[in-house]
Amino acid sequence: MKAEHEELIDSYKDKLPLLVINELKDNISASISKSDISKIMEVVSSAYSSAKINPGECVGLVSAESIGEPGTQMTLNTFHFAGVAEMNVTTGLPRIIEIFDARKEIKTPMMEIFLLDPHNKLENIKNFATKIKETVLGELVSEYSLNIFEHTLTIKLNKMLLDDFRLSVNDMVKIIKTKVKGFTLQNNEEEITLLQKGGKPEDVKNLYNLKEKIKSIKVLGVKGIKQVLPVRRDDDYIILTSGSNLKDILSMPEVDATRTFSNDILEIYNMLGIEAARQAIINEVYRVIEAQGLNIDIRHVMLVADIMCASGAVKGITRYGVVKEKASVLARASFETPIRHLINAALAGEVDNLTSVVENVMINQPVPLGTGLPGLVTKMK
Amino acid sequence: MAFDVTKHTLVSKHLKVSDTEKESVFKQYNINSKDLPKILKDDIAIAHLNLKVGDLVKIERVSKTAGIAVYYRVIIEG
Repeated sequence: MKAEHEELIDSYKDKLPLLVINELKDNISASISKSDISKIMEVVSSAYSSAKINPGECVGLVSAESIGEPGTQMTLNTFHFAGVAEMNVTTGLPRIIEIFDARKEIKTPMMEIFLLDPHNKLENIKNFATKIKETVLGELVSEYSLNIFEHTLTIKLNKMLLDDFRLSVNDMVKIIKTKVKGFTLQNNEEEITLLQKGGKPEDVKNLYNLKEKIKSIKVLGVKGIKQVLPVRRDDDYIILTSGSNLKDILSMPEVDATRTFSNDILEIYNMLGIEAARQAIINEVYRVIEAQGLNIDIRHVMLVADIMCASGAVKGITRYGVVKEKASVLARASFETPIRHLINAALAGEVDNLTSVVENVMINQPVPLGTGLPGLVTKMK
Repeated sequence: MAFDVTKHTLVSKHLKVSDTEKESVFKQYNINSKDLPKILKDDIAIAHLNLKVGDLVKIERVSKTAGIAVYYRVIIEG
């Protein structure tokens, strides 16, 4: 294409989105004259502006219907792939609800860890996977014995497992020493004995507590990573994890910190900011929708994500989240727990200016939508 | 922090908006700063921009539907 033709198309940058401009550049053949191109551009830009949403269109309602109707066809339960080397991930409606509610604790936190060369190769991936998997002391112990007369707890370690992880009994003693206070440690080849100093008979409870504590001491790996699964993704090998800890993983030198992500929206918000959280909401919701074989326009999901992130923090579509932000008392009361909202508003002496939709529906007035939005003034003669 | 937040694929490009540019944005859309979506001052993605409360951030999102979509947020106390 000639440079002047490209310039002509580029001059519509303010009127048309980049995607349309690029598509035009790719598809207009070089033999078309400049005057014809300018005709094409006129037609395209008028078609584009007539396709734009009109002011006063109730986009939120359209989105709610467009997501809500296909939502009724989603599966209600988490799939359990028994015996398959895949992770259990919440999908379908429960996952959508979880995202839109902006839950603090999600059911199945998960990460996709991308690695830098050479760690993303088949032969190296297993090393890294075992390195990040959280191993607790309880997994390495084969036997516990409590002696309540001598106030000792003896743990017998599984030698074979220790060798697998290339650990020794002395390493274990060191780790226990940093985590447990008030006990003296003795050890031989495969046993560690913890003795409580000056223990009285009623201190037996302490020993029980100690046993439980020892079980959960982290020996290796990254906190929270319960399961690792290396899989092939295009040319890379990546690691899927069950359990999420973006903060520690992103700081590791082997990890590709530009692509690694979690499915926990709030974690992404804390680590990468509000815009990343918005993008993550869209990606996660759309992934569920696609997996269910549904067809929802992505703009509806974008709108919901924008609303959730408009206040600078991630707010769920709940009575504690975006609904709480509404200015109108009646609009808030129409969502959930109406009596509480009305009582609180009455106590605070709140005023409702009836500027939005719900409150006007409630009191049977025209709503400020579509043709109800502009005020009409008649000139009296 | 060992990694660069701005390089992450989920993070769109955040740009500082000058005061004159800010006025023209307000004029173009016929709004003032309280009508815009917000971003907290201590948001990790704008830490490198050195902005103060009341400034605008221009965000260039890579969008599936528009190629690049421009979005503005106003900085609030966080």
